[in-house]
Amino acid sequence: MEAPVIERPQQADQQLGVVDCDVHPAFSTPTELANYLPARWKAHVRDYAARSGNPLLGTLPYPRISPGNGMRRDSWPPNGGPPASDLDFLREQLLEECNIEFGILQPLAAGSMAFNQELGAALCTAINDWQIDKWAEPEPRLRASICIPQEDVKASIAEIESRIGDNRFVQIAMPPRTLEPAGRKRYWPIYEVAQHYDLPIGLHTGAFGYRPNTPAGWSSFYIEEHFAASNSLQTVMASMIMEGAFEAFPKLKIVLVEGGFSWVPSLGWRMDREWKRMRDEVPHVKRLPSEYMRENFWYTTQPIEEPEHNRHLYDILRWIGADRLMFSTDYPHWDFDDPRYAFKVPLEPAEKSAIFRDNAISLFKLS
Amino acid sequence: MSAQTNPAGRGRQKGRHVVARVDEIADGASKLVHVEGRAIALFNVKGEFFAIANRCPHEGADLCKGKIVALIESDEPGVVRLSRHGELVRCPWHGWEFDIRTGKSWCDPTRTRVKSYDVAVESGARLVEGPYEAEVYKVAVEDRYVVIEV
Amino acid sequence: MSVLEAAKAVASLAGAIDCDVHPPSPRRDDLLPYLDEYWSEISISREVDVLELMSFPERTKPYMRPDWKSTGDPLEAMQKNLLDPLDLRHAILNVVSGAHAIFDPYLSAAICRATNDWLADKWLDRDPRLRASMLVPFQNAEAAVEEIERRADDKRFVQVLTVVGGELPAGRRIYWPIYEAAARHGLPLGIHAGGTYRNAPSHSGFHSFLIEDHIAHTQGFATQMASLIAEGVFVKFPELKVVAIESGVTWVPPLMWRMTKDWRGSRIEVPWIKEQPADIIRKHLRVTTQPMDIPDEPDEMEKALAHLLSDEMLLFSTDYPHWHFEGLEALPAGFPEALLEKVLRTNALSTYPRLGG
Repeated sequence: MEAPVIERPQQADQQLGVVDCDVHPAFSTPTELANYLPARWKAHVRDYAARSGNPLLGTLPYPRISPGNGMRRDSWPPNGGPPASDLDFLREQLLEECNIEFGILQPLAAGSMAFNQELGAALCTAINDWQIDKWAEPEPRLRASICIPQEDVKASIAEIESRIGDNRFVQIAMPPRTLEPAGRKRYWPIYEVAQHYDLPIGLHTGAFGYRPNTPAGWSSFYIEEHFAASNSLQTVMASMIMEGAFEAFPKLKIVLVEGGFSWVPSLGWRMDREWKRMRDEVPHVKRLPSEYMRENFWYTTQPIEEPEHNRHLYDILRWIGADRLMFSTDYPHWDFDDPRYAFKVPLEPAEKSAIFRDNAISLFKLS
Repeated sequence: MSAQTNPAGRGRQKGRHVVARVDEIADGASKLVHVEGRAIALFNVKGEFFAIANRCPHEGADLCKGKIVALIESDEPGVVRLSRHGELVRCPWHGWEFDIRTGKSWCDPTRTRVKSYDVAVESGARLVEGPYEAEVYKVAVEDRYVVIEV
Repeated sequence: MSVLEAAKAVASLAGAIDCDVHPPSPRRDDLLPYLDEYWSEISISREVDVLELMSFPERTKPYMRPDWKSTGDPLEAMQKNLLDPLDLRHAILNVVSGAHAIFDPYLSAAICRATNDWLADKWLDRDPRLRASMLVPFQNAEAAVEEIERRADDKRFVQVLTVVGGELPAGRRIYWPIYEAAARHGLPLGIHAGGTYRNAPSHSGFHSFLIEDHIAHTQGFATQMASLIAEGVFVKFPELKVVAIESGVTWVPPLMWRMTKDWRGSRIEVPWIKEQPADIIRKHLRVTTQPMDIPDEPDEMEKALAHLLSDEMLLFSTDYPHWHFEGLEALPAGFPEALLEKVLRTNALSTYPRLGG
């Protein structure tokens, strides 16, 4: 059997700019976001904190393997502040260094998972204001996501409607670990609005949630948690398909972020197999599940999958379709992917262009 | 100082290059040096100097920015022992552990490694007599210098 | 598949070892002969009768192929439908019932013990081809170890069984005495599709549809395997094998790749993992072949299986009487012939050392 080899990178330098579909901007100080809150909520957060399903206030339940809650060790700005809190250093270390033409912000808004849903809505509004003020306004290469408090559908729609005139917002951001599976009808009004405005919804894996991270309870270690996170994206996909969301909203666009993608073909085969024998349980699902996958879903590439035999990645790309994948760095997290070296196998020029820019430019209407 | 040039390192002969003064790199610290276009991470491990290629073979991060650590081992879940303090570096991005002495990755020593360079400490007096390349350094006779062979 | 091809396919299965067949879950009347006076009284007065798992509902359509339905003796049906026409060498009985989900630690132990007695008496004694997984109460580790010791001398029990949607991740220390006893007696740990609903089957709670429960099982298998590796179960019990039963198969390579990748940086958290998780998985994990989440096209099927980088992981199964195939086409059409001998026999014989007798 062929001995697996970790090869040196094969890619030539990218001539055209890369689109980075997952950038995590940070607050310079713990109170920076509070300054975007109305006085009533600023006082509330000061006196009662913003509480969520994380059992720990402060440290993450599964501590990461590097400081700053899992940041690249070399990403602390020389002028101070946490990683990705300084626009100039982010320009230098990410946009310039990695030839990023567009970076899509995913703030991982605490508002979406706040127990206090009114506070959550206020936090989402604040974080959306902050994205423009601190990032997208001064830096045209950065684009924003409309963070929404998805458990409050009315507030979510109001927030989307209030941002729709600003085309620096290129997607809606929603966490995958929703209170009910994402396909449930209670979330459909959000999907209706998203389809109406042709805004993709980007769901980014999260560090905590309401339910255990495995069907058999909570993991003990970060090495387990890091893998389990992508399962939440599988649930989004299966639920949305099996609840018939894509029959109701055939043009809805879903981006699954930071879950990798090697599991996608297997899940497609599984859903198709089960649907063929159980389709009368779900008569509203009129097509093979994999057909919806091919039309309504995109996946960001980070953390890049690293098969033991590098060339097995070609099988995955072929089964998913190079038109479904969009490159991402996850800057400034430790599991960051450098666009020059993430892929361990050479890509055809057309595939490379699709994955590193064209798919995202088309989906997010970036040019 | 006189620099006897080998044909820019592209010939068969190895060149010896002065890259740092010994007192520039404290015990447990590292320095990034450039020799003939190569980026090399230079480490001081308890007074001994080691040099490995700076770029992590995984995705190209700078090993000189990694954390210098001990070796953590275990034969039994929950029971841990530490040894070889200061002899490993963890890549600043994905945390891969490299043995500073050999350049080998801890998890995959046979297939994953960075190039490891021969390093020596020479007195300024010896260096002035040559043949050594000093890309950057003015060598003072009374000081001691780290020399890498490339 | 043509009639001739189908006949050839069936013939090629002769002498195979079927690693997953299901008797109907025993009801109270089946278990009463094996319950003592106290537990008989409990089960009658307190209506402990139908023990079907909500997550694995035997009464529903996918769990019984229509032409296999019968009102008569289920063993005779199994012989007529499966054991005889496929000329199986062995078939391993897996009872995936509510026994796994009972809360009371003593009732669960009693039901497990009675179920094993019933399996021995009403199944194993009546057909020498049959083998069984023993049920043990994961709810009560001490009682589970007692049950293993009680059954150990009956070599027809070849495996210890649990369900993938358990109460705690399988690697947890609380379960280690069970694994110690199992490994000592050459009993692999069988983790079967199905759940106890102790925990929601997904990050976002319970699903609307049974099809979603099924789809989500692979998340359970992957995280259970990750738990066993991360907690160091294979360091403590190097002889222990794990069989993922009715799991789908192709969830395995993504786990191999990701856990190996992460281990290179996360090793400091779990330094007792001394080899890459993909190698640990190849050494310790086996997967039954039905159902298989895989492309229909033979070339693509072969490519997907090649990602495992092992010929030794697959164990033939029909998952009788669940509805996965028509006729007797128990392996997907175009399944690589080169793998057949290992998949049908050799891998099972080396995974289940007690099979040889």
